[in-house]
Amino acid sequence: MKNLDKKIKKKHRQIEDLSYGRLIYIQFKKHKAALVGLVVLIILYLLAIFAPFVSPYDPQRRLKVPYMPPQTIHFFDKEGDFHIRPFVYGYTEEMDMETFRKKYVIDEEKKYPLYFFVKGDSYKLFNIIKSDIHLFGVKGEDAVFLPFGSTKLGQCLFSQTIFGSRISLTIGLIGVFIIMVIGVSLGGISGYFGGKLDNVIQRTIEIIRSIPMIPLWMALAAALPVNWPQFRLFMAVVVIMSLFGWTTLARVIRGKFISLREEDFIMAAKVSGSSEFNIIIRHMVPNFIGYILVDMTLSIPAMIIGETSLSFLGLGLRSPTISWGVLLRNAQGFQNLSFYPWLLIPGAFVVMSVICFNIVGDGLRDAFDPYGVTGR
Amino acid sequence: MAAYIIRRIIYTIITLFVVSIISFVIIQLPPGDATSIRLQVLQTAGVQVTQEQVDQLKEDFGLNKPIYQQYFIWMKNMFHGNFGESFYYGVDVSTLLKNRAPNSLLLAFLTIIITYCVAIPGGIISSVKQRSAIDYTISLGSFLGISIPGFLVAIVIMFISFRFFGVSMGGFYSAEFKQAAWSSAKFVDLLKHIWPPVLVLSFASFAFTIRILRASMLDELRKPYVQVARSKGLVESKIILKYPTRVALNPVISTLGYILPTVIGAEMIVGYVMDLPTLGPVLLTGALSQDMFVVGAIVMILSALTIIGTLVSDLLLAFTDPRIRYQ
Repeated sequence: MKNLDKKIKKKHRQIEDLSYGRLIYIQFKKHKAALVGLVVLIILYLLAIFAPFVSPYDPQRRLKVPYMPPQTIHFFDKEGDFHIRPFVYGYTEEMDMETFRKKYVIDEEKKYPLYFFVKGDSYKLFNIIKSDIHLFGVKGEDAVFLPFGSTKLGQCLFSQTIFGSRISLTIGLIGVFIIMVIGVSLGGISGYFGGKLDNVIQRTIEIIRSIPMIPLWMALAAALPVNWPQFRLFMAVVVIMSLFGWTTLARVIRGKFISLREEDFIMAAKVSGSSEFNIIIRHMVPNFIGYILVDMTLSIPAMIIGETSLSFLGLGLRSPTISWGVLLRNAQGFQNLSFYPWLLIPGAFVVMSVICFNIVGDGLRDAFDPYGVTGR
Repeated sequence: MAAYIIRRIIYTIITLFVVSIISFVIIQLPPGDATSIRLQVLQTAGVQVTQEQVDQLKEDFGLNKPIYQQYFIWMKNMFHGNFGESFYYGVDVSTLLKNRAPNSLLLAFLTIIITYCVAIPGGIISSVKQRSAIDYTISLGSFLGISIPGFLVAIVIMFISFRFFGVSMGGFYSAEFKQAAWSSAKFVDLLKHIWPPVLVLSFASFAFTIRILRASMLDELRKPYVQVARSKGLVESKIILKYPTRVALNPVISTLGYILPTVIGAEMIVGYVMDLPTLGPVLLTGALSQDMFVVGAIVMILSALTIIGTLVSDLLLAFTDPRIRYQ
């Protein structure tokens, strides 16, 4: 009994002694799903950063195999013999006499072993490092390896998806940064100063929240000039989507400011002659930095879905820019899709990244409440 | 109560006014004014345009006047049901939207009904049986609902039904009923076609509603009055349905103001993917061809619908929850 008592006390002291950051870290580690989500996100971002190296082909290169289905990796050949080096089968083209479409039939005679670090299309990593080594691929002139199949123009869908993640995953980050700047400053002004300014900002938020966003995005995206360069179009789409996304954050920040304003420690800081700027930055912001982080994590999915939807409709980014939404344009027309279902694979990446951001956001929310008992 | 209603109505009018300015700005946004686009269309069609006609067009659109007067002309016309002319379709915007707007509204209405019919029992079960298999299933389902974009669900559903059942979905009616007059057979045909889009649209919104209801139910279930009811020996189903559910429903009703814009917005994309006779496809073709009178009119109509819908839900909430009336 005494022993147990000691143990509990020890554990209690441990928690008391730990820093806030440490507590958050411990709590977050407990949330297994969030950890998995975080790892998947890190992998996705690494793939995006090293896209030219990871992808077997240049995403714009037109191989001579339009609409080729994905190739599966084999370890056993048709005789049932095991190969330590995996291989893919080649395809021969045939005409389907019923639909008069070109059809690819697996040719078990053509075996292409897979290699690491294969020479292929040349590229420049980060615009400096020139190279033509790709992480994996097949060797030989007419051999191709298309893990996700190919598009109408014969581009490698895997390479395109990896390159598309560069745009689709950064759009969320940039957008969320804009949301944070607007949301925190307007929410802060609203909550700290109160009065008329607060009233105006709150009414504005109410108005924005009552307008359906998607038609408004579509209308604003429609007004973008068609001849704008790719980068400017990209930034315009980000701005359009973040222009109205800051309302939730601003409300939370305002609430925090109002409740903190009355706290004793703020009063103490004021009495001891601290400047208003100092009070906000040194004493108030650390109290809700967690909420900002959680809200930002949970806002990214909306941005990703928004970009994908707009580009899918043809209103956002346009080919030759590659994003997941632009790639999903290929999957329009479900009759087309029933012949080439692999064109939906970029959609799986959208769903995967959105789910991961949502899970990580949930985990962070629990972790930033280390003293609380919410949901536990 | 009266003061609350009046205040809400004044806010609604201000909001509508702001939205009308936004819609007007949208119409003005693309480079070049309305007549130059119209002239371009006419010229590519091979019509000779005289200077007189150009002036007449400018007069019609009020383009010679300062911008604020143009706004008032646009507003005045709108109150008379005149939303301007579509360059792309070459007809009045109002004729274009007349048949489609009710369809959008019907779809949104059904979606919200289905959402509540599924989400309210779902949220109650999920909270009462917390941490059970059924709770985890419902939570997982609502998580997926939040994470998967609506148009992707629409594509997949259409793909599956085409691939495995050989049915091509889309539209509201089968070909033979498209032009037919209203009859019970046509109504049955409508019911057959309308459930897939309703399902797709409710998928995202019931996820959201279930999460809110579950959280507020969990708060209520822990309160002492539930224990009092239990110790009195009340039947468990009665305890749950009569007391905590009624309190927990209030935040759900207040989310209507959030769900309505989301559903109407999602309907734009789903309507296009599933080729429905709603505002969605018109908005998209309008946006793609920079047919700004159509786009501006649709943004205005949809916003007005949601704003009025939100007003109704707020008044309903004030009716059911006295605390709000006296704020």
